[in-house]
Amino acid sequence: MTVQPEGYAPGIGYDDRAPDRIEGAIPRAIDWLRRSFFGSLGNTALTLAVLGFLFLVLPPLIRWMVTDATISGTTKAACAGDGACWTFIRMRLPLFFYGHYPPEQVWRVDLTGVLLAAFSVPVLRDGTRRRGFWVLMLLTAFPALAGILLVGGVLGLPFVDTTQWGGLMLDVLVAFVVVAGSLPLGILLALGRRSELIVVKTLSICFIELWRAVPLLAVLIISALMIPLFLPEGVHIDRLIRALVGLILFNAAYMAETVRGGLQGVSMGQEEAAYSVGMPWWQVQVFVVLPQALRHVMPGIVNNVVDLFKDTTLITIIGLFDVLGAINQALKDPAWLGFAREGYVFTMVMFFVCCFAMSTYARRMERRLNRHKTGRK
Amino acid sequence: MIRQPSRRAKIGQWLLLLAIVAGGWLIVENVSENLARKNLHFGFGFLEQQSHFDIPFHLISWTVFNTYGRALLVSLLNTVLVSALAIVTASLLGLLVGVMRLSVNWLVRNIALCYIEFVRNTPQLVQIIFWYVGVLQALPSPRQSIVFPGGILLNIRGLYIPDAVMNPGLEWLSWLALALVVATPFVWRLRVRGERIGSKALLLPLLAVACFAAGVDQVVYPELKGFNLAGGTQVPPELVALWMGIAIYASAFIAEIVRGSIEAIPKGQHEAALSIGLHSWQRLALVILPQALRIMVPQMTSQYLNIIKSSSLGAAIAYPEVFAIFTGTVLNQANKEIETILIVVAIFVTLNLLTSMMMNWYNRRVALVER
Amino acid sequence: MRSLLKLVACCAVVAGMVGFVGESVAQNYDVKSPTMDAIKKRGELICGVDTGIPGFAYQDASGKWQGLDIAYCRAIAAALLGNPDKVKYIGTTSKVRFSVLQSGEIDVLIRDSTQTLTRNTELGLAFGGLNFFTGQAFMVKRSLNVAHVKELNGATICVLTGTTLELNIADYGRANNIKINTLLFERPEEAFAAAEAGRCDGYTDDGGSVAAARSAMKSPKDWLILPELISREFLGAYTRQGDDRWTILVRWVHHAMLEAEVLGITQANVDDIKKSATNPEVRGFLGLEENFGKKLGVDNEWAYRIVKAVGNYGENYDKYFGPLELPRGWNELYTKGGLQYPLPWR
Repeated sequence: MTVQPEGYAPGIGYDDRAPDRIEGAIPRAIDWLRRSFFGSLGNTALTLAVLGFLFLVLPPLIRWMVTDATISGTTKAACAGDGACWTFIRMRLPLFFYGHYPPEQVWRVDLTGVLLAAFSVPVLRDGTRRRGFWVLMLLTAFPALAGILLVGGVLGLPFVDTTQWGGLMLDVLVAFVVVAGSLPLGILLALGRRSELIVVKTLSICFIELWRAVPLLAVLIISALMIPLFLPEGVHIDRLIRALVGLILFNAAYMAETVRGGLQGVSMGQEEAAYSVGMPWWQVQVFVVLPQALRHVMPGIVNNVVDLFKDTTLITIIGLFDVLGAINQALKDPAWLGFAREGYVFTMVMFFVCCFAMSTYARRMERRLNRHKTGRK
Repeated sequence: MIRQPSRRAKIGQWLLLLAIVAGGWLIVENVSENLARKNLHFGFGFLEQQSHFDIPFHLISWTVFNTYGRALLVSLLNTVLVSALAIVTASLLGLLVGVMRLSVNWLVRNIALCYIEFVRNTPQLVQIIFWYVGVLQALPSPRQSIVFPGGILLNIRGLYIPDAVMNPGLEWLSWLALALVVATPFVWRLRVRGERIGSKALLLPLLAVACFAAGVDQVVYPELKGFNLAGGTQVPPELVALWMGIAIYASAFIAEIVRGSIEAIPKGQHEAALSIGLHSWQRLALVILPQALRIMVPQMTSQYLNIIKSSSLGAAIAYPEVFAIFTGTVLNQANKEIETILIVVAIFVTLNLLTSMMMNWYNRRVALVER
Repeated sequence: MRSLLKLVACCAVVAGMVGFVGESVAQNYDVKSPTMDAIKKRGELICGVDTGIPGFAYQDASGKWQGLDIAYCRAIAAALLGNPDKVKYIGTTSKVRFSVLQSGEIDVLIRDSTQTLTRNTELGLAFGGLNFFTGQAFMVKRSLNVAHVKELNGATICVLTGTTLELNIADYGRANNIKINTLLFERPEEAFAAAEAGRCDGYTDDGGSVAAARSAMKSPKDWLILPELISREFLGAYTRQGDDRWTILVRWVHHAMLEAEVLGITQANVDDIKKSATNPEVRGFLGLEENFGKKLGVDNEWAYRIVKAVGNYGENYDKYFGPLELPRGWNELYTKGGLQYPLPWR
């Protein structure tokens, strides 16, 4: 890629007039504004159209969301104004975040969240050595700690039944368990797909294609209705666990495709060199191929995690009480009728904040990984 | 192949197959045992039972006496309809936003960025419900419909378009008109004596309109009768909400794909196009996009498949597609869980394969043929 | 002498036999029920309920379950386990409610479910007590000026999918030569929103749920519940077939709540009545005489515990459906012209 000369704006319609050397910051800024917004007739029209659209849409939106909105008070009567009633959200916030977790024990959920962040940071950070160790910790030590904290019953912590879990906490939990389960399975499937063993290859391809063809709703309904039929009489598996199993299998297919891209990116020479040193197949994969492949597709995996996190809202259709279910329940409370818009806007904002953070991180990771390709710092 | 798999591995794979077959057999055993316990039988005969329920939106005729099999067909057509509409809209919108992302104009660029980021980072179900609730609350009641020229009415029950009733013997004219319209792009590209027919092919749609108009006997305008509007074709708000919800969600992903593909075109192409005097829109349409298309098609395939799968979310807003009707009403009335789910899975796998095959064919056509 | 010995021996044998038989008869309230054993071993009743509908089963602001169906669950727990709070509630959607029961995940399904022939036969489920007599009712906005269901020809009605409702509407339409269009929703929240916004002309469900839906509207006074009920929807508890004693207990818990109302025993006065009861029917009910409890497989104080824990049927109806302004109608006791009757105990 050639180096951009100064004064050129990026993109396909870049300015084709020769840049004059303009001295001074302000004249340069004005020049940029002129070229960017009013460079040509079409551009000017576009700028005016966008500005017009913004003036039409933004002021009422900001008025509804911020200036006329109420956040104080404790009852519906406090929301007398025209704007959004954030009081409703503020009063029911614990329900949205924790479901029906006993209020005095909510600190356990918060602590689990902090631990999740603490264990994830070394895994996702760029410069960690021995990342494998931290991944192992994230997949073994953290679930054990989280289980003890969330369920309780030991170490003097009172027992909290899983039916009381709900809200955003349930979404995060489901996302974590599904990713932790589907990543190893996806890696196995991707390796299987590249294998020379005909049976393994066919089985992997069939599995991946079948699960990618089916909508997520179908997977959840299969887990709710059909899995009980597969089990021998007397064996009962909790509804949440069944949904998790279905989701893990579903997501493993998508992970497999992502990892496959990474595996294809590792040059043949690496494998050849490893085999020539006498390493058996599994050592070649674990110590040579996978570390390189996974590093390259980390952004893809993070995007997969973001998609999965958004899709966890679908578990409300099989009756599990996640954040959408919590909002719906809050909407049915006679004391707080008619605030559907605030509820859904709040959900969207919550998800946006989490997902945007994760996908920005993925993008930065991707740019860092591709730095060596473009030569740009 | 760098090396041969060891003999142990070769034997192992057959053992794996054996284990999987044994597991499958065990599951089938459990299933038949459980079914027998509940006095249920496995069979697809329920498809010939009468359904006794109403489907509000149907492209082919439907009465309560029709069978479950026909319910499957009606809901399948609904799924295909909303998927096709969403695919077309999402592609066009995604293309537009993707190109906007690369504009010189800072404002335009960042509006596109905000759009993409907001849509991609919020859950699709919430977006669809929001569209439905938002669309519903914005439209007036039937008594106060918005009237468009031509007798088209818009209200909360839907968009009502006047119906053209054909003369009884001349229905074939409407099929002819449809055939002419569909044939237009093919005729456009046809070569006669070395030259493309090109814009002369636009005569065909005009001919189609003339044919259609010749066969029309009367036009039925929608008017208020009792609770609803009678007459005319109704486009329900559920369809619109689902279509917009799916299309907008997919367009954000398609916009990113378009942007990535365009950025991957070597700079030399831009410069060469510039140097022969093409201005920006010509550069885009004649030089950049045809090349970008090649890179885009595989990624678009997976987006199109996602669109088809997300049509299943119509169940949440009462759009009668395969999921809502079949795994909703029919599953509950006929109590044939396994058969119903097998049919639905088979349908989606088939749709999936058909779309992949079409896209692969298209991919091969536009791919660069390298030595 | 030998005949005397023979006589004594005979008497001894007879006495022994009588004593043995008598003893086994005396302790023979051996009730075999795998479900009841499992519940006692678990220490907790698992009750399948609705996910959240005012009147029948809903969670209040503190997360506690309330409702008529919940009261029934608590009554069963009080009778069997002695503690009405030892219940785990599993919220089920209409799609999964029966398969959750069939698979054994829950012990009893008390989820405003109509008892029908098809479910009794094809699904392999048995009937518990019928705790709510109603029919399919329609709710329309008053501004439409509709007074009877027959006037809804051409109207669009919002319905929940997966129930008997959509079939009833089609049958009613055929029988009366009118056409009612339906919009099928997966979840009640979207159905209410559509009805509220005017997308459909009304909402239909069983009478109790319609009253609950009306209370969830922005201004309930704008909505009218039409007087006709187009079908019989007799809602009650479901259990799995094959465990008769459990089904019998579930049924009689409901009858106990009705019997309490007939006898005039309420949650407030049950203790006083217990101390001073002389009426043999009351004494039998409260376990002071007879062995009704043991015959069912629980101890004799079961009915006393039920009334102490949840009250009688009328109290619960008034508590949960009173605020919804739904008169008792068919759910009144037989003595007052309704359909709720407890079977005689003796």
